[in-house]
Amino acid sequence: MAEALQPLGRDAPKAGFPARGLLGWVPALTLATFLLPICVGLLGTWLPAFGYLPAIGGAAFSLEPWRALFASPGFERMLALTITSGFLSTAIAFCLTIWFVAACHETRLFAALRRLMTPLLAVPHVAVAIGLAFLLAPSGFFFRLAAPWLTGSEIPPDLAILPDPYGLALALGLVVKEVPFLLLITIGALDQVGAKQRLATARGLGYGPIAAWMKTVLPAVYPQIRLPVYAVLAYALSVVDMAMVLGPGTPPTLAVQILRWFNDPDLSMRFAASAGACLQLGLVVLGIALWHGFECIAIHQARAASFAGRRGGSGKVQARAAGLAMAVVVALGLGGIAVMAVWSVARRWRFPDAWPSAWSLETWSRHLDGVAISGWTTLGLGLAAAGLAVALTLGCLESEQRVGRRPTHRALWLLYLPLLVPQIAFLFGAQVLAFRLGWAGTWAAVVWSHLLFTLPYAFLALADPYRALDERLLRTARCLGASPARVFWRIKLPLLLRPVLISFAVAFSVSVAQYLPTLFIGAGRVATLTTEAVALSSGADRRVLGVYTFLQAALPLAIFALAIGLPGRLRPFGPAREAGK
Amino acid sequence: MMKRVINVCAAAALALAAQTPGAGAGTAWEGVLAEAKGQTVYWNAWAGDERINAYIAWVGEEMRRRHGVEVVHVKVADTAEVVTRVLAEKVAGTAEGGSVDLVWINGENFAAMRDNGLLFGPFVEGLPNFALVDVEGKPSTTVDFTIPTEGLEAPWGMAKFNFIHDSARAPEMPATMAALVDWTAARPGRFAYPAPPDFLGSTFLKQALVELTPDPGKLQQPVTGDPAFETATAPLWAYLDALHPHLWRGGQAFPASGPAQRQLLDDGEVDVTLSFYPSEAASFIANGLLPDSARVHVFASGTIGNTHFVAIPFNASAKAGAQAVANFLISPEAQARKQNIEIWGDDTVLAVERLDEPGRALFAALPRGPATLSPEELGPTLLEPHPSWMTRIEAEWLRRYSR
Amino acid sequence: MTGALRLQGVSLSLVGRNLFQRLDLVAEPGQTVTVMGPSGCGKSSLLAYICGTLDRAFVATGSVLIGDSDVTGLPPERRGIGIIFQDDLLFPHLSVAENLAFGLPASLRGRKARLGRIEAALADAGLSGFGDRDPATLSGGQRARVALLRTLLSEPRALLLDEPFAKLDIGLRTRIRAFVFDHVRDYGLPALLVTHDPADAEAAAGQVITLAPAGNDDPEEAAAWTPTSPSPVRLP
Repeated sequence: MAEALQPLGRDAPKAGFPARGLLGWVPALTLATFLLPICVGLLGTWLPAFGYLPAIGGAAFSLEPWRALFASPGFERMLALTITSGFLSTAIAFCLTIWFVAACHETRLFAALRRLMTPLLAVPHVAVAIGLAFLLAPSGFFFRLAAPWLTGSEIPPDLAILPDPYGLALALGLVVKEVPFLLLITIGALDQVGAKQRLATARGLGYGPIAAWMKTVLPAVYPQIRLPVYAVLAYALSVVDMAMVLGPGTPPTLAVQILRWFNDPDLSMRFAASAGACLQLGLVVLGIALWHGFECIAIHQARAASFAGRRGGSGKVQARAAGLAMAVVVALGLGGIAVMAVWSVARRWRFPDAWPSAWSLETWSRHLDGVAISGWTTLGLGLAAAGLAVALTLGCLESEQRVGRRPTHRALWLLYLPLLVPQIAFLFGAQVLAFRLGWAGTWAAVVWSHLLFTLPYAFLALADPYRALDERLLRTARCLGASPARVFWRIKLPLLLRPVLISFAVAFSVSVAQYLPTLFIGAGRVATLTTEAVALSSGADRRVLGVYTFLQAALPLAIFALAIGLPGRLRPFGPAREAGK
Repeated sequence: MMKRVINVCAAAALALAAQTPGAGAGTAWEGVLAEAKGQTVYWNAWAGDERINAYIAWVGEEMRRRHGVEVVHVKVADTAEVVTRVLAEKVAGTAEGGSVDLVWINGENFAAMRDNGLLFGPFVEGLPNFALVDVEGKPSTTVDFTIPTEGLEAPWGMAKFNFIHDSARAPEMPATMAALVDWTAARPGRFAYPAPPDFLGSTFLKQALVELTPDPGKLQQPVTGDPAFETATAPLWAYLDALHPHLWRGGQAFPASGPAQRQLLDDGEVDVTLSFYPSEAASFIANGLLPDSARVHVFASGTIGNTHFVAIPFNASAKAGAQAVANFLISPEAQARKQNIEIWGDDTVLAVERLDEPGRALFAALPRGPATLSPEELGPTLLEPHPSWMTRIEAEWLRRYSR
Repeated sequence: MTGALRLQGVSLSLVGRNLFQRLDLVAEPGQTVTVMGPSGCGKSSLLAYICGTLDRAFVATGSVLIGDSDVTGLPPERRGIGIIFQDDLLFPHLSVAENLAFGLPASLRGRKARLGRIEAALADAGLSGFGDRDPATLSGGQRARVALLRTLLSEPRALLLDEPFAKLDIGLRTRIRAFVFDHVRDYGLPALLVTHDPADAEAAAGQVITLAPAGNDDPEEAAAWTPTSPSPVRLP
């Protein structure tokens, strides 16, 4: 028992607590890990939004910050841009995912693309955005391939592609990054709802593959993926780092503008920034409510339509179209990383050359030191944040199984809170808290801030395989005289080795991708590959960006490769494979 | 002093290090150096340029070797982030042991920190090497955007607004802001400027304002009121309204920053980028960031110039170490290295002609590239307007063009 | 009226291992052929093969015919083969009537007409007025009946029964068996029942085939099917 809690050993009282009680505290401790900083952070943001920030002379409550917010130039455009890019990207990512699974679930392409999704999931958002920006720009890779023989000019066309005024490039970037997440979540839910038998039943009743999937599997799958979809929507509505690279600048999306205000040398802008951060939260809440509204309408419509009994066609054309669309998404995501890797070894690569005209390893040699430092920091933070996340997740799940109580729906919402509350809405307040405790800029605080985001993902990745463990095996072990701790260490962990490692890798990649938390809580002293990449992106030397982008992608990928390859090496057959499917 | 001498190897460095700075400061300064020894200085500095980062790393090595001071470059995308952080520390009541020891700063950010009591000092007069600074010839070393520095920030380098153009595609450049409109009309989509409040974008607006406003003298005073602002800036808005339709993307989008526009120039999307360092073009070429045909262009009537500084926050953990760094930054050796286009290419704040012989020799030996202009060719330096103008202009620009 | 369901030379193998020997059988309309065998011998895979939902990992040979038409290459939905599992698999997101409407062909148009057809089917099964119920509120026997009705409403040309009675109480089993086999006869459907309960086979009152694992020492014996009940009883 005590060893089961090893990761928490320091906080655990030495004696006096019965083992069961101690483990029972893990879910509460886990929730407190989230709720405390988020609540305090929100408060620290809400007070200035109503004029209270004594340090810069805001001593009385007022609505002036809101007035300033609503009167800020381009405010309506900002809102419109945020809402359209957020909703558009989520809707496209969701529909594409569902369409692809519905149309292609029985094709070979499905398995192939599914395997490519994991690397794309592992790559941080900024890296995808930087890669995509270079692919799409009028002077970017695609136009270089087309020029001059197709465009007829040595000069790039003056097209409003990147940035485009409607945030479409941003929406595309979000789609590329969110589709793998939604797809893997959806596939994970398929087994739980008995998709195979549902499909077989419906096909036996004469339904085509797509109609069968949409009418019988989707209604069961959707409740399972609803929270992740909300998280995607919340993220898309409040994304900062991707919007800085792909979104328009005059005006930008609301979240980027808020960050600009927070960073404005005119400190009184901080009031408007805080009001904006509150509005951002409201926007996300409203967005989720709206989405939920659409959901209800869609479910009602679909039920009515399903009464008519239309069987749908063979779906072959659709399968090809959906497969192609998905392949494009994967190609854009991974292709962007690939061209940035090429940039890292380029010396000169001007428009309209399809490939660099001069190559050099100088960028690598010149940046090796800087890269090594931030690389090690990224690795250390990632390992700590992912390790803690997996340990807490295991503690929660084990406690849940021993106490015999599944978390309520509400508790799940709490777990998702960090993914639903926009980062910008609580990080300023959380930063003040960190300073007050003297923790800002310390590793522990940054790991904590990452933990807010690694934990939900680790939980997401591990909960289902954990709960799916054949209970009879565990009961058999107990009846053979094994203590719960022994069952945990000798039966569960070996059986779950693969999902545990995968969930660790997912959490690690989430930690690598964190930009705002590292920036705010790290007080700028903790430099990761991601913060360096964003800082350097303002310097716009693509070769250096290439180095950082490549490493940013390579590090989580390496951890994923280990997570997938290791169990096979440790145990060449049996449970690890089975449990990980 | 002797201790330092023994440690230095290079002959030039030997001579320089032995230079005796301002008399009388000796004892107090040695106290500072003694206190600095063993301290770690977290220097928050914009990190968008690799050459600058490399230079800062060199400063760190020298400080460790000479004074036993560790320098950590905290890389910053936007200096305003640092202001935010120090502010957050003040909000949290961190009066000591703050996270920032030294910050690269000027203009609005300096004004914001000064006005909110976020700065330590005055300390600049106590720096021995400050005596070498050309405070008469380069008035902006003590007046930052018309605001007296009052010893709260130490000058580090000189900036002067200029254009970099690709001479292969745009051989002829306009001679004035007014001529720029015709130039862009003749080649639509080939000119751009970064969106304010990016400092290069804002400087472009200031340059236009200084050239176009009826009474430039008024710009040296704070804005007195709306009517005065409207009178002074009306020609600017008329000018921009005429200019924008011919810009890159039809003036509907603007490059995000100066470096982003440098990338656009290299990509061939535009023919011109803006710069604050006249030697920058040469080093861009040397580093493979711009084509060999890139050239510097300034207006004969002069362009805006200013000084950039380093300052110490009120709650810095290593104030002595930070002062030691600030002093080293204005040593002839550090300044000459900084002005070298192969290193960075940032003009010195020192009065070179007043240095001793080895010091002058360092500057005389600096290399020059085809894209480097001599001080005479660079023309006169126009003074920055008072920051209140900039704040108003940026807000008005956003109101008019960012919607 | 529909033709007989025929399997000709069917064999399945997984990773090079044959699951059972070549299988040939004929189920005449209105008749139920029972396939028995130890667990793991591939009974469920055989059904999946017949309805066209077999996993790609399997290699299958042989053909499936209904009447004179070879349906082997057709996608599942175009074979017209209904299947009933031991879990009734009523869709929990739909009401009973909506579940039945799901089975009803789209060619029957109009909400009223469809509802009428559904009501009639429910009445036939002694479930009048159950249309608006949530399937979760039904008893096991009721659910089993609704599942069969749903399949029958889809007008299949053949019916597969995958241990459909295994999860029912003993008392209920007899009644549901009678319900199912009566309907198979009434609708004149060829049916194939997979089970390991001899009582099922007896109630089906048709041919019984025992699947023998492949790789037996005596392939002749393994391939042979052993009737365990008297010759098929013809019913009026």
